[in-house]
Amino acid sequence: MAWKRKDLLGIRELDPAEITLLIDTAASLREIGTREIKKVPTLRGKTIVNLFYEPSTRTRTSFEIAGKWLSADVINFSVSTSSAGKGETLLDTARNIEAMRPDVVVVRHSSAGAAELLARTLRCSVVNAGDGAHEHPTQALLDLLTIRERKGHLEGLQVAIVGDVAHSRVARSNIYGMRKLGMTVTVAGPPTLIPPQVQELGVKVSHRLEDAIRDVDVIMMLRLQHERMSAGLIPSLREYARYWGLTLDRLRASARSDVVIMHPGPVNRGIELSPEVADGPYSVILEQTQNGVAVRMAALFLLAGAKASQEAP
Amino acid sequence: MKLLIRNGRVIDPASGTDLQQDLLVEDGLIARSGPRLERTVAGAEVLDAGGKVVCPGLIDMHVHLREPGHEYKETVETGTRAAAAGGFAAVCCMANTEPANDTRAVTDYILAQARAAGAVRVYPIGAVTRGLGGKELAELAELAEAGCVAFSDDGRPVMNAELYRRAMEYTLPFGCPVISHAEDTNLSHGGCMNEGAVSTELGFRGIPAAAEDTMVARDILLGELTGAHVHIAHLSTAGAVRLVREAKARGARVTAEVAPHHLVLTDEAVRGYDPNTKMSPPLRTRRDVDALVEGLVDGTIDCVATDHAPHAQSEKEGEYDGAANGVVGLETAVPVLLDRLVRPGRLDLSTLIARMSVGPARLLGLPGGTLAPGAPADITILDLDRELTLDPATFRSKGRNTPFGGWRVRGAPVATIVGGRIVWRAAAGGEPGR
Repeated sequence: MAWKRKDLLGIRELDPAEITLLIDTAASLREIGTREIKKVPTLRGKTIVNLFYEPSTRTRTSFEIAGKWLSADVINFSVSTSSAGKGETLLDTARNIEAMRPDVVVVRHSSAGAAELLARTLRCSVVNAGDGAHEHPTQALLDLLTIRERKGHLEGLQVAIVGDVAHSRVARSNIYGMRKLGMTVTVAGPPTLIPPQVQELGVKVSHRLEDAIRDVDVIMMLRLQHERMSAGLIPSLREYARYWGLTLDRLRASARSDVVIMHPGPVNRGIELSPEVADGPYSVILEQTQNGVAVRMAALFLLAGAKASQEAP
Repeated sequence: MKLLIRNGRVIDPASGTDLQQDLLVEDGLIARSGPRLERTVAGAEVLDAGGKVVCPGLIDMHVHLREPGHEYKETVETGTRAAAAGGFAAVCCMANTEPANDTRAVTDYILAQARAAGAVRVYPIGAVTRGLGGKELAELAELAEAGCVAFSDDGRPVMNAELYRRAMEYTLPFGCPVISHAEDTNLSHGGCMNEGAVSTELGFRGIPAAAEDTMVARDILLGELTGAHVHIAHLSTAGAVRLVREAKARGARVTAEVAPHHLVLTDEAVRGYDPNTKMSPPLRTRRDVDALVEGLVDGTIDCVATDHAPHAQSEKEGEYDGAANGVVGLETAVPVLLDRLVRPGRLDLSTLIARMSVGPARLLGLPGGTLAPGAPADITILDLDRELTLDPATFRSKGRNTPFGGWRVRGAPVATIVGGRIVWRAAAGGEPGR
């Protein structure tokens, strides 16, 4: 199958074959990172702009490395060094960037729908690197790739997504992807961190960590933002860690011995994950990071490279 | 000065009239109606209304004319021209201007602009609190004397229940209602759409229906405490409809309005992140829409008001959560409601006309709203068969922020008459006239 979309905005709009194409492409490109000379000419002459309105080290760096391994020119445009601080609107900035003829704009923004807004406005391809609490498609793709590597398959697996689901774009993109690929998803957390009517996305809800992680193949722990406390959603970090922190004892008591622990990072050690779990044998957190580069290479290749080869004379 | 409107279907809900007849206007007032009046009337300008509906001039009791202070969004002139082109003979303008309409000088200014450039009647609504700040009362007595017909901090609630109670008491002698923008801002804080399955999917913090319902309940209770007439603006929830219905049943002095967008759209429209689907209160669910239509039919809801809220394009084209709240409504309300509620039989024509004329006229004590002899000759003529595509580019309003752009509709106003003067007529050929 061939990739046909101009943009990668979310997992919700993709069909299972498209998701699988992205994961398969990532799996085949990952080998580039193991070479002595980590560079292929695939996107030579292509320009990729990383437009980041939220602080991000991991995702931005991952896109940057992915672009550079594919020989694209990668420009980072982040809020602290740009005119966004001078009151220029997102649309103004985007139009000005488009005038510089990029092939792909990778955008992260705190507003849900920002990537879709850019995609509607710009002729070039847009990759959503996270829009508010809406979607973060490349994160879900790298998670799916990581799970598939560990488990050998995806269909039929059971997953628990634990923590601040309400504010998590990672959770939403994973829920869409996992459901489309035949996986079972339970979201778990205190009711204040579970979004309203989330069952309509095809997931089960649990309010007790021990129940949620029992018999699942994968546990995905979400990062707890400290501001949830001041917003009155949880009483204290101490209490959150007491009931929702994944410790080795709790893991051994309730979870399967072959369970895989994931986290989109950065980890709050001692809050949602105890250090011995985050850094222990169940954890695949570093594999996730490695696969992140591969998935972003796949996204950039399918959006910019595949299109170029079709247009080649 | 005589105007004879000939051969129309004259619908006057105030008197229960629905008859094919002529209507004679003399010196700015309704003179009489009856069959074949031209045989007895000489020297009148004749307006042929054959095949059309002739009804009382429509009244929109909730618009934002933006003047003074936000003339880049709208002015009294452009807003009232939009009103005329939408079939409205009168509008009530909200106080959230800059400066707010919280002193006589501002009211006087608005009325002066209306006299100088207004296409339709303009009735200002005064602020409840100084600067809409929610801290101290505006000069309510002087505002009433200057011509304000109601009091409201619309755009925001008066969160301090004690202050709101005192506003209700203080304004009792003036016979003007207080109009509540019912929103608990603690519950709605940070939200930009209805809370529910769609907000969860789109990744937005939602505004629960309870943010409205709790304040509707509070304001009804404060009204019962003080004896004041409380009018609830822009109902959007099934719960609010139920609360108003129950309050009316026990005799409370409460009235309510609903906006066209809340009668025909749900939060499903927010998919795609078009900021023209963002307003306060937000679009709700199908269940809420059905309850609002039911409330409008059974009289729980007294009137339709557009909450016409023009904004500049730059304020409605960017990120959804950062976009301004509100949509324009004056030039789309009648066609949308005729097409989506009257045509499918969910609301009968005379009820719609009542809710847009005698309904608001009675609850605010305004002249008009009826075609009875002696009433001001404010008249709207509708063509139920006129088909058009709603096109923001043709709006008289400066605001193009509508969720109805591109809608094909059937049924629309074709002429608006204020005080016996034709202030707007649709151009021939189906497209709106200039």
